[in-house]
Amino acid sequence: MLTHFLEIIGGFIIRRCEDFGKIALVYIETIKQLRHKPRFRHVIAQMAHLGADSLLIVTSTLLFTGIVFTLQTAHEFIRFGAESTVGGVVSIAIGRELGPVLVGVVCAGRVGAAITAEISTMKVTEQIDALKVMAVSPVDYLIVPRMLACMIVVPILTIFGDVIGVVGGYLVAVHYSGISEYVFMQSIQTFAVTLDLTGGLIKASFFGNVIAVLGCYYGLHCPDGAEGVGIATTKTVVSSIIVIFILNAVLTFIIW
Amino acid sequence: MIKIENVSKFFGEKRALNNISLTIPDGETLAIIGGSGSGKSTLLRLMIGLIKPTSGKIFIDDDDISNFTEEQMTKVRLKMGMVFQYSALFDSMTVGENVAFGLVEHSNLPREEINRIVKEKLAQVGLPDVENLMPNELSGGMKKRVSLARAIAFGPKIIFYDEPSSGLDPVTTNRIDELIISTQKALNVTSIVVTHDMVSACRIANRIAMVYNGDLIAVDTVENFKKIDDKRVKEFFRVI
Repeated sequence: MLTHFLEIIGGFIIRRCEDFGKIALVYIETIKQLRHKPRFRHVIAQMAHLGADSLLIVTSTLLFTGIVFTLQTAHEFIRFGAESTVGGVVSIAIGRELGPVLVGVVCAGRVGAAITAEISTMKVTEQIDALKVMAVSPVDYLIVPRMLACMIVVPILTIFGDVIGVVGGYLVAVHYSGISEYVFMQSIQTFAVTLDLTGGLIKASFFGNVIAVLGCYYGLHCPDGAEGVGIATTKTVVSSIIVIFILNAVLTFIIW
Repeated sequence: MIKIENVSKFFGEKRALNNISLTIPDGETLAIIGGSGSGKSTLLRLMIGLIKPTSGKIFIDDDDISNFTEEQMTKVRLKMGMVFQYSALFDSMTVGENVAFGLVEHSNLPREEINRIVKEKLAQVGLPDVENLMPNELSGGMKKRVSLARAIAFGPKIIFYDEPSSGLDPVTTNRIDELIISTQKALNVTSIVVTHDMVSACRIANRIAMVYNGDLIAVDTVENFKKIDDKRVKEFFRVI
């Protein structure tokens, strides 16, 4: 019984280590391909495709997060006479953590899944093999443009999400909790510093990188058949979210 | 010339090919026949370098590609074209963009010249004026022909065909066979055709090779092949 249990755990660890090694190899190959001139047309097309389509979900996620966060905090802060700190707390929380992490998670679901579905469908229909036979590296043609696009788009979406989140907080603080507009804005100016925004953007850039590489990796290694596409897409979303949370902790230690 | 020396391929414990040796001279059309799961597609994928042999060597001209990296394979693959079983056209591109793909990637030709070559190759496969259509607007036979136009657009020395008549009606199959023959004659390319269609194999090939359960059991000219006294070969010919 114990041996069987240990076998299961051992097998799980070995498979995860194998995955990690393979992803590392894809990552190294992607970095190596960066020495070639990037396909700017493809990068821009991916940015438009992956970024613009995510605006609505980023808007709704951060707007309601800003609203709920302020609803929860403003009431307590007012009780302790600290309403002059609400704007600062909301903007710092969104700029440092909620903005990049929530945009990262949303993009893992929206962008990562889209990348994997597209590439795994190409694999199942032999289009990846066709690229190889035509002497075109799938890493150079598919992964590099998506990685660059995600590293640019996720921070842009994060800036957008930060603004929307703070606007949500502002609406609740000023129009519901009764904090004056001047106090809210002054609080932001007093407490928030540039690093609150730039640190969040550095995180977002790493998250974009992770989403693109994992999305492409699972797409290129998806099992055959329609079911394989579904399995690969799910793996991308789950792995990306886990890695984003781990990376977020590591980067928070490093940046602040 | 393609030379395969004592090649074996295992997928885990499963043996796909067992000690295969085969030489295909320049300009020849070789049909590789065999039942489903016999290993003929594995042999094709080994020749293109999409998979590596477990043991043995594969030479394309003078290059031993059996241990080539993807980067080294890129140069070898510029000599190759391939028509896939399900065409494998890029579904996000138009027919014209599909045919132009290799030229756009690997040549410095001006756009007008590329467009001219695309029209010429599409006309060559009997599909004029389809360059602005999307692949999903084409029938199975038309997709195969576009796939052939894409394969020959960059002027390959070797063309691989993976089940070119699979899923096509007899009339379209006949047309694809004629295209394979005319392409071989016009471009003097080496053609390797993987098929289980014996009628097609006899019509298009100079020689036939038969793979059975991972073993290469016979290689000979079409006329001699029909005379081979082997139960497994005769069984395949009985369906004609």
